[in-house]
Amino acid sequence: MLRSRLPREDLRHDDYASSSVIEVRGLSKRFGATLAVDNLSFDVLPGRVTGFLGPNGAGKSTTMRMIVGLDRPTRGTVTVLGRPYGEHRRPLHEVGAVLESRAVHGGRSAANHLLCLAQSNGIPAGRVDEVLELVGLRSARRKRAGNFSLGMTQRLGLAAALLGDPQVILCDEPVNGLDPEGIRWIRGLLRDLAAQGRTVLVSSHLMTEMAVTADHLIVVGQGRLLADASVEEIVSSSARSYVIARTPDADRLDVAVRTAGGSAEPEPDGAMRITGLPVAEVGELAARHGITLHELSPRQPSLEAAFFELTQDSVEYKSEVSA
Amino acid sequence: MTDMLFRPAPQPTVGYGNVARSELTKLRTLRSTYLCAGIIIVAMVGVAWIDGYRWHQILTDGFKGDRPDFDATLQVLNGVYLAQLVVGTLAVLAITSEYATGMIHATFSAVPQRRAVLAAKAAVVAGTTLVLGEALSFVSFLFGQALLGRYGVSLSDPGVLRAVIGAGLYLTAVSLLGLGIGATIRHTAGGVSAFFGVLFAPTLLTELLPTDWRSAIINWLPANAGSQIFTVVHPPGALQPWAGLGVFCVYAVLALAAAWALVTARDA
Repeated sequence: MLRSRLPREDLRHDDYASSSVIEVRGLSKRFGATLAVDNLSFDVLPGRVTGFLGPNGAGKSTTMRMIVGLDRPTRGTVTVLGRPYGEHRRPLHEVGAVLESRAVHGGRSAANHLLCLAQSNGIPAGRVDEVLELVGLRSARRKRAGNFSLGMTQRLGLAAALLGDPQVILCDEPVNGLDPEGIRWIRGLLRDLAAQGRTVLVSSHLMTEMAVTADHLIVVGQGRLLADASVEEIVSSSARSYVIARTPDADRLDVAVRTAGGSAEPEPDGAMRITGLPVAEVGELAARHGITLHELSPRQPSLEAAFFELTQDSVEYKSEVSA
Repeated sequence: MTDMLFRPAPQPTVGYGNVARSELTKLRTLRSTYLCAGIIIVAMVGVAWIDGYRWHQILTDGFKGDRPDFDATLQVLNGVYLAQLVVGTLAVLAITSEYATGMIHATFSAVPQRRAVLAAKAAVVAGTTLVLGEALSFVSFLFGQALLGRYGVSLSDPGVLRAVIGAGLYLTAVSLLGLGIGATIRHTAGGVSAFFGVLFAPTLLTELLPTDWRSAIINWLPANAGSQIFTVVHPPGALQPWAGLGVFCVYAVLALAAAWALVTARDA
């Protein structure tokens, strides 16, 4: 049931920024009959948190695995800091990735797990205690990782990602399994890392999470790019955004709006709900026709509503009756 | 794209020493390693003890006559047959446990040069087995000969030193066979089964063959070929000791070659 759907023109950035740290170009990945990632192209820029948003099964994890060279693309290329990941030597100094919540041998202690990763990249052993302190696992350093809760395992994964003090951080669904305190902590950490000028790419299927964490969004559905824009742009370009106007001259405004190509409907409280025209144009229209306005305000849907609108055609499994 | 903010930085070397150090840390920070080492020690020394004592009794009590087929070296090194199962299992687990736990993603993200990881793992597993295997071969031999007393042999007798050193070398080759199979199959249960299969299944299957076919290939089977290196009194038709070890190493190299080819071809 693949319906073709091109990324919306207004949400595409064709002028790829020159400071792109992660460059994804025409990336596709096929698993048997399933096209998990379909001709995906985007850039991830430094100094901000980029959210990688999409419903479950949209190809986010596969894309992140291709970024760090664990999966080989069927087509297309991806580079990190100017070269394919596989050509990096000692990449922990450049890229830290938290990909699987359990990418750790349960029989090893937290400190020893980090030690063998540190040694592989020539990172001094003293750094292990530093990152354990940073993620709040100092007291659990001798505990076997197999006994860790999901939240502690996520923290251990972040500690591993931070070992080499990298300028690029990738996190696949980092808030899964974290308690509210942990979620607040990880948001703060990711935002701090971005504020230091690092490149942060965070995937999530939770738009509410992305609304508070991310500055920029890459939205995918069924492996395809649906949007690549700032959170504000995605919200404001949603077809569900509208303008509320109050005027004693409702009939004249109604005509003016329709003439200009918009549409207007009366709200129960007497206001007018105008769609199809941006708020500034409605204001200018009213001024030109000498129509008195008592209220003129843009109304935007939540990011959640915008997300549903973008992905409604691309969710793999959805309930028959939508709310 | 002319004004790239992040120009590719000059790359350091892969750091094979770092990767090997990391693999050694992985091996020595798991309890299962020490458990397996303990079983290997008990198997080697225990069999030398039991067989040394038992054969001393048998030879004293009954068969005082000439026993040309009695191999005083092999009898006290019989623990190798038990130890090889544990060595092979440990070697299979050294790689399959990383796939089972997801650790392999952390490993290959840290060192994308996957063949360097495989080579380092092979060096560490084989090196550890060599040290432990040689030490236990000599301890088992000397302990067993002390129990055999006047029925025993000494390291200066023909072929004996080669057999004692050979027992440790055989275990080392077994560890490489196990690692190669584990890295090819990537699943613990499948890997351990395949390792046991390579050791035992061919011998069982040849029972189904006509006798002349059977005798033509039986000495080339992994277990029969490899065991000649720690045998002094060879059965008729058996391969020469070093040739036998060489044949066994061919099986190990085939398994490692498959792993070498597949490790970069497959998604982790």
